[in-house]
Amino acid sequence: MTAETTEWLDIAALDDIPPQGARLIRTAEGCVALFRTHDDRVFALDDRCPHKGGPLSEGIVAGHTITCPLHNWVFDLNTGLAQGADEGAVRTHPVRVEAGRVHVAAEVVARPATARNAA
Amino acid sequence: MEKLVVIGAGMASGRMLEHLTDAAAPYQITLFNAEPRGNYNRIMLSPVLSGDKTYEEIVTHDDQWYAERGIATRFGEHVVGIDRARKVVTGQNGEVPYDRLVIATGSAPFMIPVVGRDLPGVIAYRDLDDTNTMIAAARPGAKAVVIGGGLLGLEAAAGLQMRGMEVVVIHIMGHLMERQLDPSAGYLLQKALEARGITVHCKGATKAILGEDRAEAVLLEDGTVYGADLVVMAVGIRPETRLANDAGIEVERGITVNDQLQTSDPSIYAIGECVEHDKQLFGLVAPLYDQARVLAAALMGQPADFRPVQTATKLKVTGCDLFSAGDFADGPGREDIVFRDPGRGIYKRLVIEADRLVGAVMYGDTADGNWFFGLIKDGTDISEMRDTLIFGPAFQGGGSVDPMAAVAALPPDAEICGCNGVCKGAIMDAVLAGADTLDKLRATTKASASCGTCTGLVSQVMALTLGGEVQTADCICGCTDLAHEDVRRLIKAKGLKSMPAVMQECGWSTPDGCAKCRPALNYYLLADWPLDYRDDRQSRFVNERNHANIQKDGTYSVVPRMWGGVTTPAELRAIADAADKYNVPMVKVTGGQRIDLLGVRKEDLPAMWADLNDAGMVSGHAYSKGLRTVKTCVGSEFCRFGTQDSTGLGIRLEKLLWGSWTPHKVKLGVSGCPRNCAEATCKDVGVVCVDSGYQVSVSGAAGMEVKETELLVSVPTEDEAVAVITAFVQLYRENARYLDRAWKWTARVGLDWVKAQVVDDLEQRAALVERFEISQSVYRKDPWAEHAKPGARDEFAPLIDLRLEAAE
Ligand SMILES: Cc1cc2nc3c(=O)[nH]c(=O)nc-3n(C[C@H](O)[C@H](O)[C@H](O)COP(=O)(O)OP(=O)(O)OC[C@H]3O[C@@H](n4cnc5c(N)ncnc54)[C@H](O)[C@@H]3O)c2cc1C
Ligand code: HEM
Ligand code: SF4
Ligand code: FES
Repeated sequence: MTAETTEWLDIAALDDIPPQGARLIRTAEGCVALFRTHDDRVFALDDRCPHKGGPLSEGIVAGHTITCPLHNWVFDLNTGLAQGADEGAVRTHPVRVEAGRVHVAAEVVARPATARNAA
Repeated sequence: MEKLVVIGAGMASGRMLEHLTDAAAPYQITLFNAEPRGNYNRIMLSPVLSGDKTYEEIVTHDDQWYAERGIATRFGEHVVGIDRARKVVTGQNGEVPYDRLVIATGSAPFMIPVVGRDLPGVIAYRDLDDTNTMIAAARPGAKAVVIGGGLLGLEAAAGLQMRGMEVVVIHIMGHLMERQLDPSAGYLLQKALEARGITVHCKGATKAILGEDRAEAVLLEDGTVYGADLVVMAVGIRPETRLANDAGIEVERGITVNDQLQTSDPSIYAIGECVEHDKQLFGLVAPLYDQARVLAAALMGQPADFRPVQTATKLKVTGCDLFSAGDFADGPGREDIVFRDPGRGIYKRLVIEADRLVGAVMYGDTADGNWFFGLIKDGTDISEMRDTLIFGPAFQGGGSVDPMAAVAALPPDAEICGCNGVCKGAIMDAVLAGADTLDKLRATTKASASCGTCTGLVSQVMALTLGGEVQTADCICGCTDLAHEDVRRLIKAKGLKSMPAVMQECGWSTPDGCAKCRPALNYYLLADWPLDYRDDRQSRFVNERNHANIQKDGTYSVVPRMWGGVTTPAELRAIADAADKYNVPMVKVTGGQRIDLLGVRKEDLPAMWADLNDAGMVSGHAYSKGLRTVKTCVGSEFCRFGTQDSTGLGIRLEKLLWGSWTPHKVKLGVSGCPRNCAEATCKDVGVVCVDSGYQVSVSGAAGMEVKETELLVSVPTEDEAVAVITAFVQLYRENARYLDRAWKWTARVGLDWVKAQVVDDLEQRAALVERFEISQSVYRKDPWAEHAKPGARDEFAPLIDLRLEAAE
């Protein structure tokens, strides 16, 4: 992230995401999953497990972790890092909740265009 | 002298006037109040309601106080307008000019807009008049319904209950005081209120208040009706901003003020619950007292800034000891520390961010609340004391969580051994009388002598009685020291009917469990309390949550049910149409005698289900730990060897058992003769028809393990076969560990024990069948139809598709 102020996109209401559940944002570079934890915090991570590409949004949300539905790797939602013996990281994205609305950093959406142009 | 007019004699303006007059500020003061009285301690209305205090005891400023300070009072008089151009305030009895004006009108209770809310007998809870109305209505035995399970509603409920009323609290959210408490603390609070006789109905949405001339009952959206002589609405408050609005002062949700409590009109100030400062509203007195200090200073020309501090909440209901402070809102990088003591009903949770304590919730023991609150307010670095933080300031090393706390907390009459009905007290007595080994104990009490699943708990009770160590059995997961069997037993013995209840009473070390224990607990709860507990989708693995099997590329497969493997041309056409319409890349016949549509996109699932539903088909539960298929052969209907109608029996069994959740998957087979074309003898339950009737065998497997079934019983009639099978499935549902297939479970408990239950004991067999039917009254329905309903479909689609925008 750069030092300049983040531009935020209003995505949805907090209540659109079930507690201890997840919903997706589809972007050109793949899906970003928004996770809502038991204490109503929201985290945004790529919806792709670094192990074999499992859709993390379909896993079980417990505490501040997500367990991949395919082979049960567990990731810390704060850092995106795999827990325990497994090694790997999922990219995390800036997200915030304000007045019951979920906002993600605009760069999450803007990113693919640049990524593709560069390629 | 400058003229100061104050509108509203409430808690905020009262404190402000104390500061002003203590400092002998040179103002000529006029105080209006809509209530026909001066300032009293509003937060003490609850003790007045319950009868612990009288109104006189909670008056903060009496007539003499105002007289001594030269304050002209106009009590019982509403201010109806502010003329900013002429700088006058209009009361009902005439005008008063001002140089400076303070608006302190507090807030108005929010009344939910339902039919009947204007009926007599429906009131809010805000002032002394409301309190007196409640006291007058509170005849012993009369019924009260309180709508709203927040601080105010619960204090009203407790007060009315203490006056002898029968009280029901209706709360829209999943747990009480959800803004201050988490589900675990909310569970303990609900338990405490229920213990004193208050009925608590969570997830209850009020539809209407019924009654002719006055309130008689409250109707909920789910159809529940509660009789009510009195209805108290305590669902929230709205800042009282009408005067400010009419006068054209800037108002958002509350009257906007700056750090000096000044409104958009420099000679007008506002204070208390009617204001909005820095986008924040206020509902507790602590920050209002700060406002009072700052406003008094501002009126005396001294520098002061209002900076809202964090607030802590306590509930003024005796016996409900809770504390909540700080911030539980979103923010990455936070961690929880949880401590539970099931025996003493204690729950504590601390939220930590970057070595600072940012929030605390406590129930049962709140003695350290203020210490934690201090740490939160001061932003103290807690990295040094992190490991012992939760034990509070008095902690001096030692002390740890007791793995036997859950068992220690059980009352003597809690049943430990379900087979033989042996309770904790009986085991302790036997141990004290000399049965100091498991064998001796089994010989004297029969505890754990039958199916053996309670052995872990029995050993713990022994150890508890003898004071020794016990090695804990293989526990469910890192959240608990208890084994599956222990938890199942405790769920029944203690009547635990919700996830927070289990986690609290069994001393879970995490706030909301993990991906291992949650699916297991969810299953145990719905199996044991089918009518009370509601299935929690978020505690299910992906296939069961989405009612379809996820494939390795993230698409799903859809398998409609074909009863007993029998289908029709119309069904086949509908399946073919669905395959075309949703571009299904592969159609395959399964090993379970039905058709699998593979490669369906998640967002297409609900629509595809709706199409299949329209053709009369339902979910085949090919994804569930539940009844999968009943494989049949054609039997006596067509086959020359057939002895009985195996197809008919298979269909009958499938229609009976479908929809039920089980510890692991359950597959059945019914063959019409010992040639066994349906391969019934490698299923969880297999029936082989013979001339003399039906051979029912169980606990086969044909997966990584291959295992032939073992004969349970041979019965002469189809009805008996059906009853024995139903009883077997229910016994498995009630006793097995989550994720143990039937064969694993029977290996643990022994087939002889199973036979004793479902074959020999006819009463037990009937009881099992009855319990299965009760559960099926809830679960024998099509989950596809539920999720295909408009409105229920959304969760299958992405929140938003940003691919197009990004491409631009
Ligand atoms: C039953 C109950 C229990 C509570 N318990 C707690 C607690 O435990 N802890 C806590 O921190 N807080 C508690 N509160 C909240 C606390 O009482 C309020 O935050 C506080 O009273 C707000 O003070 P205020 O001065 O802004 O408004 P108020 O105290 O409501 O005073 C406003 C006054 O203005 C008058 N008024 C309104 N409009 C006009 C008008 N047009 N003309 C003239 N007068 C007008 C009203 O009649 C009222 O008397 C409780 C509240 C209630 C009702
Ligand atoms: C006239 C008598 C019989 C009839 C009408 C009959 C009918 C059938 C039918 C319709 C199937 C299902 C096929 C499918 O799903 O594709 C089947 C499967 C089978 N039959 Fe028969 N059958 C007869 C005799 C037998 C006999 C005598 C045996 C063994 C000794 C036998 C063994 C099997 C087996 C093992 C299967 C399962 C095959 C599989 O699932 O792939 N059948 N039978
Ligand atoms: S099991 Fe017996 S009755 Fe059934 S199809 Fe095979 S041969 Fe016929
Ligand atoms: S793909 Fe996520 S654990 Fe294997």
